[in-house]
Amino acid sequence: MLKIKNIFLSLLLSIFTSFAFAAGEMHEPMHPDWSFQGPLGKFERAELQRGYQVYTEVCSSCHSMDLLSYRNLIQEGGPEFSEKQVKAMAAMFEVEAGPDADGEMFMRPAILSDKFVSPWKNEQEGRISNGGAYPPDLSVMVKARPGGADYLYSLLLGYEDETPEGITLDDGVYYNIYAKNQKIAMPQVIYEDGVEYTDGTAATEVQMARDVTAFLAWSAEPKLEERKRIGFKVIIYLIILSFLLYFTNKRIWRDTSH
Amino acid sequence: MDTKKDIDTADAKVTRRDFLYLTTGSFTAVGAGALAWPFISQMNPDASVKALASTEVDLSPIMPGQSITILWRGKPVFVRRRTEEEIAEAQAVEQIDLPDPETDETRVQKPEWLVMVGVCTHLGCIPLGNKGEYNGWFCPCHGSHYDTSGRIRKGPAPKNLEIPNYVFLNDNTIKIG
Amino acid sequence: MSDDYQPQSAVAKWIDKRLPIVTLFSGHLMQFPTPKNLNYWWTFGGILTFCLITQIITGLVLAMHYIADANLAFASVEHIMRDVNYGWLLRYIHATGASMFFIAVYLHMARSLFYGSYKEPRELIWIIGVFIFLLMVATAFMGYVLPWGQMSFWGATVITNLFSAVPFFGEAITNWLWGDYSVSGALLTRFFTLHYLMPFLIFGLVILHIWALHVPGNNNPEGIDVVKGQDTVPFHPHYVVKDVLALVVFMIIFAGFVFFSPNILGHSDNYIQANPLQTPEHIVPEWYFLPFYAILRAIPDKLGGVIAMVSAIAILAFIPWLDSSKVRSCKYRPLYRQFYWILIIDFIVLGYLGAQPATGIYLILGRLATLYYFLHFILVMPLIGYIEKPKPLPKSISEPVLSKEEQLAKSGQMA
Repeated sequence: MLKIKNIFLSLLLSIFTSFAFAAGEMHEPMHPDWSFQGPLGKFERAELQRGYQVYTEVCSSCHSMDLLSYRNLIQEGGPEFSEKQVKAMAAMFEVEAGPDADGEMFMRPAILSDKFVSPWKNEQEGRISNGGAYPPDLSVMVKARPGGADYLYSLLLGYEDETPEGITLDDGVYYNIYAKNQKIAMPQVIYEDGVEYTDGTAATEVQMARDVTAFLAWSAEPKLEERKRIGFKVIIYLIILSFLLYFTNKRIWRDTSH
Repeated sequence: MDTKKDIDTADAKVTRRDFLYLTTGSFTAVGAGALAWPFISQMNPDASVKALASTEVDLSPIMPGQSITILWRGKPVFVRRRTEEEIAEAQAVEQIDLPDPETDETRVQKPEWLVMVGVCTHLGCIPLGNKGEYNGWFCPCHGSHYDTSGRIRKGPAPKNLEIPNYVFLNDNTIKIG
Repeated sequence: MSDDYQPQSAVAKWIDKRLPIVTLFSGHLMQFPTPKNLNYWWTFGGILTFCLITQIITGLVLAMHYIADANLAFASVEHIMRDVNYGWLLRYIHATGASMFFIAVYLHMARSLFYGSYKEPRELIWIIGVFIFLLMVATAFMGYVLPWGQMSFWGATVITNLFSAVPFFGEAITNWLWGDYSVSGALLTRFFTLHYLMPFLIFGLVILHIWALHVPGNNNPEGIDVVKGQDTVPFHPHYVVKDVLALVVFMIIFAGFVFFSPNILGHSDNYIQANPLQTPEHIVPEWYFLPFYAILRAIPDKLGGVIAMVSAIAILAFIPWLDSSKVRSCKYRPLYRQFYWILIIDFIVLGYLGAQPATGIYLILGRLATLYYFLHFILVMPLIGYIEKPKPLPKSISEPVLSKEEQLAKSGQMA
C-alpha cells in the first residue's frame, strides 16, 4: 500500500509539471524580466507612459481599447499622467455625442470620462479595412493569450526580414516566428525610431516592444499593484493567525487523550 | 475538564490560557472587520459614476434672459443668464417676505449667472421656467412659485431651489460638482 | 444532545421558549459529541460551508453590478474589475472560490471513500452529498457562462448540445433549454437566474446533510462506532477551533491564488468576448470538470458519451450498496485500500486527459481510465469486500491511543 501511495504522489508531481506551456505549433516565447512580475512586482510609470505613446502613435490606427477610459491614465497604479496632461491628450480625439436639439448627432472633443476612441465605427469597418481580419481590441489582450506579456512582446519582435524557404504566404499574411503556425495577418509595426519618445529614451525595437507590452499589461490588470500590496498583508495576517490558532488548538486539546 | 493538577496552578494557567484565547479572538475579529469593508465599499459610487460627478458647461451660447437645463448627477440643473431687470428684482426683495430667507448675493457668484438644481424642494417635481407670479419658476405639481433668484415665495415648498457647488473655470465655462 | 444545555440569559430563554433556536444551535454546534480522534480530513466539511457562504456573499455583491445581457455581460464584468470599489477583489474571490470549493469537495469525498463514511447508517448523508455535488456542478457550469467569453459561449454550446442526444425529443429539449435555436442571450439570462438560485438549494441540502449526520454522529478514522462520553468531546471548542485552524490554512492557499495568480486556474480564451462565428481551437471546461469531460469523450457515440458522463456521477449514489465490505475504514482494509489509491490516480489521470485533444494515445488512455473508473464501482467494490481479510478492528477508538501511551510508558517517556 505504501508503494501505491508513492506512485500516486510522483504521478501527481509529473502531471502538474507537464501542464507547462503547451508545445505543438507554438514557438516558446522569449522571457524578458518584467518589472510587474512576481509577488512584489510593480509597473514603472515611465515605461507605461512610453507604452501609451507607442499605442497611440503606432497601434491605435487599427486596434481599439474599448474598455479603457481617458481618466484611467490618471489613476494610481497606472501611467499616472497628470489630469491636465490627460485632458489635453483626450481633447485630441473626437467622440460622437448627441443628439442635439435638432435631433442630430455631432462630434466633440473627448473628455476624461469618455472611453478610448476606437479607430473603427464597428467591426465590419475594421474587417474590410484589414483584408477581412479584424484587429482585435487590446484592452485585455495580455490576459487573452496563453503566454501573456511574454507572448505579445515576442510576437511584436518576431518578424523576419526574409520569409524562410518553403513557406508560402497568402496576401495579407505575414511570417512571424511566434505566431500560431508562424503566420499572422498583422504586418510588422515596430520599427526602430517608429516614435520619438517625449522623455528622450532611444526608441529601439526592443524598447518599443517592451513599453507597449507593459502598457497593455497594465491595461489588462490596472489593479495589479493594489492587488499585490493587499495580498502581501493578507497572507502575513493569515500566517500569524494560523500560528495563534495552532497554539490555541494545542492548548484546548492538551487535556484530552486523542 | 480541569484535572487536579490544573486546579492547583489554576491562577497562573488561567491567565496564560486566557491571554492566548483573547489574542487569537481579537486578531480574528480584526481580520473579520477588515474583510467586511470591501463588501460595504462596493456599493459606494464606483469610479465610472464618480467620473461623471462633475460636468463642465459652456456658457457662451446662452443669451441674456435665456436658460438651459443640463443633466448633472441624474438631476436637471437650470443655468440662467439673467437680465438686468431680473437681477434688480431679485436683489430688491425684503428678507422678511421670504419663507426661506436668503439674499440673492449669497445664491450667485456672478449676478448675471443663476445656477440651481431644478428640483422642487417640496416633493421633487421639475419647476417650469418663465412662469409663476414672481417672474421665475412655477412648479405645476402642487403650485409652488419661485422668484428670479429661485427662492420660494408662495406654495408648499419649504426651501429655495438648491444651489450646487460650481466654479468658474473661466468667463465662459463653469464646472458643476 | 440538546437536553443538557439550558439558555442562560433572559433574552435567550424568551426566544428559546418560542423558537428553540438557542438550544438547537447549542446542541448541534457546540455541545455535539464528536469523536475525539478525528484527523484533518474531517475539517473539509467546515471548509466547504465557508466556501458556500463566501460564494453566496461575493456572488450577491457581484450581482449588484453584473448585467446579464449578451451585449453587455463581458463589459460589465470588466466594469466590475476596473471601476467598482474592490470589484477586482470580489470577482477574483468568486472565480477562485469556485475552484477552491471543488478542491475541498473532492478532498471531502475522498475522505468519505477512504474511511467508509458512506456505509450504514450514513448512506443518506452520502446520497444527499451526491445531490449537493450535482448542484455544485450545475451552478459552476452556469456561472462560468456568465462572463460571456469564448469559453463561456462555446463550453455552453458543447454541453447544452448534449441534450440533443436524447432520442426523439433531443432537439426540442435543447431548443427549450436555449430559448432559441442556438446559445444566445436568452440562455444567458436564464442561466443567471438559475445560477443565483442554486446555491440556496445547496444551502438547504447542506442543512439536511448535517441533520442526517447528527443522527448517528460523525464517523472517525477507525471506522468503528464510538461510545458517547468516553470517546467524544464537545464540538466546541475542540473542533470549532480545529476547523478554524484548517480553514485559515486553506485561506492562505486561497489568498495565494486570489492575490498572486488569479488567472492560473482559468483559461485565457475567456478573456476574448464570445464570438458565435469563431470556435476556439480547444474547448476545455474548468479543471474540476476535466475528469467527467474525459469520460464524455471516451465513448465514440454521442448519446453513449452523455450516458457515461451522467452515470459517472450517478453511480456514486449507489456506493453504499456496491461496497460489500463490513469494515468501514480503509485503515483496516489492506487489499481494498490499494484499489482506493488506484481510483484516486485514475481520477487525476482522467482530469489530465480531459485537457488534451481526444485523439491518439490520449484517447486510448482515456478509454482505459474510464473503464477502470466504472469497474472500480461495479466490480472492485462488490468483490473485494468478500474476498478481503480485514485487519482486526480495535475494541474502541480510545484503544489505539491508549496503546500508544502504554508504549511510551514502557520506554519511560511518559509526557
